[in-house]
Amino acid sequence: MSGKMIRGEGPQEPHPMDRWLRSERMPHIWCAGCGIGPTLYAWTRALDRVGIDKERVVYVSGIGCCGRGSGYLDVDGFHTTHGRAIPFAIGIKLVKPELCVSVISGDGDLFSIGGNHFIHAARRNVDLLVICTNNFIYGMTGGQLAATTPQGDYSTTTPYGNVEHPFNTPHLADASGAVYVARWTSIHVRLLENSIAEALRMKGFRYIEVLSPCPVNYGRRNRLREVDDIAKWFLKSSIVRNGADTSEVQIERGKPLILGNFVKREKKLSYYEELKQLEERVRDTAEARK
Amino acid sequence: MAAILGASWAGAKSMTATSGPGLSLMMENFGLGVMMEVPTVVVDIQRGGPSTGLPTLTAQGDIMQARWGSHGHYETIALAPDSPQEAFDLTIRCFNLAEKYRVPVILLASETVGHSAGKVVVPPVDEIELIDRKKPTVPPREYLPYRPDEDLIPPMASAGEGYAICTTGLTHDEKGYPETNAETQEKLVRRLNDKIRTHLEEIVDVEEEHMEDAEIAVVSYGQVSRPAKRAVKMVRDEGIKAGSIKLITVWPFAEHVIRKWAEQAECFIVPELNYGQIYLEVRREACGDSKVVSIPRMGGRLVTPQEIYQEIKKVSKK
Repeated sequence: MSGKMIRGEGPQEPHPMDRWLRSERMPHIWCAGCGIGPTLYAWTRALDRVGIDKERVVYVSGIGCCGRGSGYLDVDGFHTTHGRAIPFAIGIKLVKPELCVSVISGDGDLFSIGGNHFIHAARRNVDLLVICTNNFIYGMTGGQLAATTPQGDYSTTTPYGNVEHPFNTPHLADASGAVYVARWTSIHVRLLENSIAEALRMKGFRYIEVLSPCPVNYGRRNRLREVDDIAKWFLKSSIVRNGADTSEVQIERGKPLILGNFVKREKKLSYYEELKQLEERVRDTAEARK
Repeated sequence: MAAILGASWAGAKSMTATSGPGLSLMMENFGLGVMMEVPTVVVDIQRGGPSTGLPTLTAQGDIMQARWGSHGHYETIALAPDSPQEAFDLTIRCFNLAEKYRVPVILLASETVGHSAGKVVVPPVDEIELIDRKKPTVPPREYLPYRPDEDLIPPMASAGEGYAICTTGLTHDEKGYPETNAETQEKLVRRLNDKIRTHLEEIVDVEEEHMEDAEIAVVSYGQVSRPAKRAVKMVRDEGIKAGSIKLITVWPFAEHVIRKWAEQAECFIVPELNYGQIYLEVRREACGDSKVVSIPRMGGRLVTPQEIYQEIKKVSKK
C-alpha cells in the first residue's frame, strides 16, 4: 500500500470496466505494479462474457490489500475479518443459492489464518469461486513471511532467508476435493479470464490461484526491485501445462512456474444440493410415516 | 459466526450456539457483526472457565465477556433465561431485538438451563410477536447502507436485491466506504452505542417480586434467580422485608432500576456463579446509597436457596 496518491489525482479517462466499478472511490490503494487490479479486470470481463447479471454478483473478501477489492466494485461487496471470507460467503450462498458468490482474497488471508476454512469448504464442495491473489508475502502489513513465500526468499521477518516449505495451493485444493483447480498469473490476463469464465460456468468449489506481483514488499527484498521485474520473471519462467499433476506444481525460485487449468471434476453435487437432497429424503420419510 | 453473519446479510434470521471457549473464538466476528450492524443471535451455554475449565458444569463467568468480549467500545444486548420455557421465550425476544436494533444479541444461558428438562408451552405461531428488520424504501441508487433514520438504525438491504451493498469491518461512512479518520470514527462509534443507549428503557426487562416495601433486594439473573426467589420467600415468611429483582436483560444493564430501588433498599445482595461481575454493576449504580453484598460462587454447582437465605439473615441482623 503506497498511500501516496491523493483522491482525485488518478487517471480521469473512462475505464473499460467502469460499469463494474465504484468510480467515485478511485484512485485505489494499490501500488504501481500490483497484480490485484488486472485480476479484478479479468474477473469482471469473465462475468460479462458468461453474462451474469450484476445484481446476482456477490464479492466477499478478507483482510489485506486484496481485501479492499470488494469495496471498489459496484456489486454486493463484503469486506470481512481476516481469513473469514469463505465462511461468510458460505452463509450467503446457503441462504441465496441463486447468487453468484466469489471470494477474492490474498494468500495470507486464504491459506494462513483462513487455511482451515479453505480446506473444509473444498471438502464440502460449497458452491463458491475462490480466487487467491498469491503475491508470496504479507503485502499490506509490510512484507512479512507468508505460508506461500518460496523457500530461501527474503522478507522483513526472514532477513537471512526463509527456511519454511510453502504451501502448494493448487495441490491443497485438489487434495481437498475442489472440482476446478487452476493457476495463472495476473500478467496472463486473457488466459486468466478464460479460466475464470470456465470456472464461473461450473458448480461446486472452484479454485484459481493468481500469481501476483508485489514489487514493493516482495520484489524489493528479492532482487526484483523494479516495478515490472516480477512480471518479467512470470513471463520468462512460466510454462502452461493444462492437466498437470498438482503435486508437481510447487513454486520454487529458479525453477519454471507451472501454470494451467489443472483439475476439472464434474458431476459432484454441491453442498447446497446435498443438503436439499437430505431435506427431501427426510421429508419423504416423515410423510411416509404419517 | 462468520457464516451466520453472511446468512443474515442474505436476508435470513440466523443463529449459532456454543459454550465458553467457543464464545471466545466467536468474539472476533461478533465485533464484525456489531460494526456491520448484522442482526443475529448467539446462544452461550455458560460453563466454568477460564479456558476449557469445567465442561458440562454450570457457571456464569461470561457476563463481562458478553459485554466487552470483542475489542473496541460498543453496546451489547444479552438476555439470561432461567428455565427451558424462558430459553424458548427469550430466544424469540433475542431475534426481535437483533432485528430491531441491527446487532448480534446473546442468549446468556448456562449449563443448568441447557441440561434442564421442563415443560415448554409453544404458543400458536400467530400469537408470537415477530419483528423483522427495516428494509430500504428508496431506490437502489439513492440507498446509503449506513444512513440511519431518526431512531439511529439504518434500514438494511439484503444481498441480491440490487442495492450493491458495500460493507466493511473498517470504520466507514454512510455509504459503507472505509473512512479511517477521527471524525468518521467519532460519528460511527457514537451512533453504534447510542442506538442502544437511547432505547434503554425499551430494551431492559426485569422481573420484580416483593419490592414494594423491600429493605433488602436480591439481584439475580439466569438460573440463580430461582434459588434467589425461593430464599426471598423463605425470609418473607419470617417477616424480613426482602424483595427480588431478576434481570432478564443482563445487558444493557438495568441501571435506572437499581438507581430507583437504591433510594428505598438498605442493601442489595447479588448471588452469582462468578467472583462478582454484576455485583460491581450494582455497586456502581447504588452509588453509595445502599450497601451491596456479593455472594460469589465459582461454578460447578448452583447456589442453594439456603445459602442466599443465610446471607439475607446475616444482613438483616446488622
